[in-house]
Amino acid sequence: MTIPETTQLAGRKRARANNWAKSVLRFLVIIITTYLGLLAVTFFIGRVIPIDPVLAVLGDRAPAHVVERTRELMGFNKPLYIQFFIYVRDALTGNFGTSVLTTNPVMTDIRRVFPATLELATFGTIIGSLFGVPLGVLAAVKRGSIADQIVRVVGLVGYSVPIFWLALLSLLLFYAKLRWVAYPGRIDIVYEYSFTPVTGLYLLDSFWQGQWDVFRDVFRHIILPAGLLGYFSLAYISRMTRSFMLNELGQEYIVAARAKGLSETRIIWGHALRNAAVPLVTVIALSYAGLLEGSVLAETVFAWPGLGLYITNSLQNADMNAVLGGTIVIGSVFIAINILSDLLYRTLDPRTRAR
Amino acid sequence: MNEIRQATSQSAPMTHRQWLMSDRPQSRLQARLGRAYMTWQRFSANRLAVAGLCIILLLILIAIFADVLAPHSPVIGNLGGARLLPPGSGGYLLGTDDQGRDILSRLLHGSRLTLLVIVLVAIIAAPIGLLVGAISGYAGGWVDAVLMRMTDIFLAFPKLVLALAFVAAMGPGIENAILAIAITSWPPYARIARAETLSVRNSDYIAAVRLMGASPFRIVLRHVMPMCVSSLIVRVTLDMAGIILTAAGLGFLGLGAQPPLPEWGAMIASGRRFILDQWWVATMPGIAILIVSLGFNLLGDGLRDALDPRESGQ
Repeated sequence: MTIPETTQLAGRKRARANNWAKSVLRFLVIIITTYLGLLAVTFFIGRVIPIDPVLAVLGDRAPAHVVERTRELMGFNKPLYIQFFIYVRDALTGNFGTSVLTTNPVMTDIRRVFPATLELATFGTIIGSLFGVPLGVLAAVKRGSIADQIVRVVGLVGYSVPIFWLALLSLLLFYAKLRWVAYPGRIDIVYEYSFTPVTGLYLLDSFWQGQWDVFRDVFRHIILPAGLLGYFSLAYISRMTRSFMLNELGQEYIVAARAKGLSETRIIWGHALRNAAVPLVTVIALSYAGLLEGSVLAETVFAWPGLGLYITNSLQNADMNAVLGGTIVIGSVFIAINILSDLLYRTLDPRTRAR
Repeated sequence: MNEIRQATSQSAPMTHRQWLMSDRPQSRLQARLGRAYMTWQRFSANRLAVAGLCIILLLILIAIFADVLAPHSPVIGNLGGARLLPPGSGGYLLGTDDQGRDILSRLLHGSRLTLLVIVLVAIIAAPIGLLVGAISGYAGGWVDAVLMRMTDIFLAFPKLVLALAFVAAMGPGIENAILAIAITSWPPYARIARAETLSVRNSDYIAAVRLMGASPFRIVLRHVMPMCVSSLIVRVTLDMAGIILTAAGLGFLGLGAQPPLPEWGAMIASGRRFILDQWWVATMPGIAILIVSLGFNLLGDGLRDALDPRESGQ
């Protein structure tokens, strides 16, 4: 009571700014430590586990002075913590070393292949959400019905099936037997040289340039892998949608809406789904991150020239720089999506806002 | 009190069921058996969960008796007369692969590798997670902060890609694949164990044990960790399917079990070349993986509903 109102207000404002600064700081700390952790793990994998990284590069027949010189050039004569410091500095500037296989800087390679994976995962997530959300809503509304059981089984199989196996079988069926889709790859060889991509997302590029025959061909190539990845995200999204919707449909405001005489459609799609949408955004973001990872196996089967195929090809050729560079890029995207979905959740859900 | 005791003693002799369901267990054994019985009741009411359990039991039996069940050798084939035979021909129920080996026999023996992978991953990853989570939750303060930050860092990683990188560095092979999967799968267990620990650390029985002079080490080991086990078991069971799929994926890429071991993922990879004409070579191992991981998913769902009705997702 003794404190004047203006001071109180100013104090509250200061407290709020303080709170805000604190949460921003916390976020920064989380981002930095997570990223450093990622680099520490890849550093450990690349430098500490192999008995002698120089041997891995040169082979065991190199003369002693070459080995010594390479060791110096690669910085392996320095203590481990200084090596790590250099490693972090390089990684922050996007320098992951040179690929032994392609002789390009790893970052250049990754920049070339990443759009393909991005396009595939994005298309897959769109398919997964477009079908997964309505299926989950349907299962929740008609709980215990045949429809619910079917959605459940579809989801369970999606959780249990090896993606590379399903990819092989779908190729066998849709490409070899039915001829509905194009052969593995991203684009027909006819268009490979006539078509100049700008962003590297072929669907978008061909659409923008109005090259409809290219667009059709690209679509015929992408639909099967994207549909397959979409199925996996559908399994996850529909299951989560169902459980969120059941949670919302059991709330009292639904009873109130019914008592008011709102139509069932309006209650389900307008009220319940709207409230379930907030956690759903997080789920969709996480499934997007999952698809980036799942594409590693799918890409090898579909010969899709993306990051996954790049990593597995490098693996087969013991090209550690490329493998670790790819791991860091996928890990960074993973971390970014995790943090973004967390931020999105905070902004969308008023309950989590700091008062 | 007296009246109640009289009432029970006067009534007809208790059936086994009544003894198990008793609200006033007379011994620790009775209480435990009673709880197990109730859990089993809830579990067995779920038909899909029982189906899952049957699949897993069958897998274990097959793994034990693979030598007896398999009609042919899993590694030595008949290169001369039995290459790539379709299912059902010449006594080969599921056909043969490009080395003339019986696919059924390979699948039966492969169940041992599958079981080996999941058991070893569970034995390595679950205790690590349990220990990290229990220490973190019980100690609190900066220990908690550091351990949980580490856990979060590992959680933020893409599992398969990290396992790939680990195996790439350590060299392919089933032992390294198991190690890599274990390294990438402990963080969720630590999270669960920590949550459980936080919910019991301030309870009266912990205070009582502390008053009796137990060391923090003893408290965590004997009184906190056992409380985390049941939710951990559920989570591990639910993760089994993912572990099988990751192991199969590593095998498919040639990083897991090496030939001639009949690992299911590697079998799919070797059948890939013949997928257009000899579809069965790659198809059969995939069906085996699908069935087993489906079994674990069903079992895990059922266990979760039975052990923890609150968390069942309705």
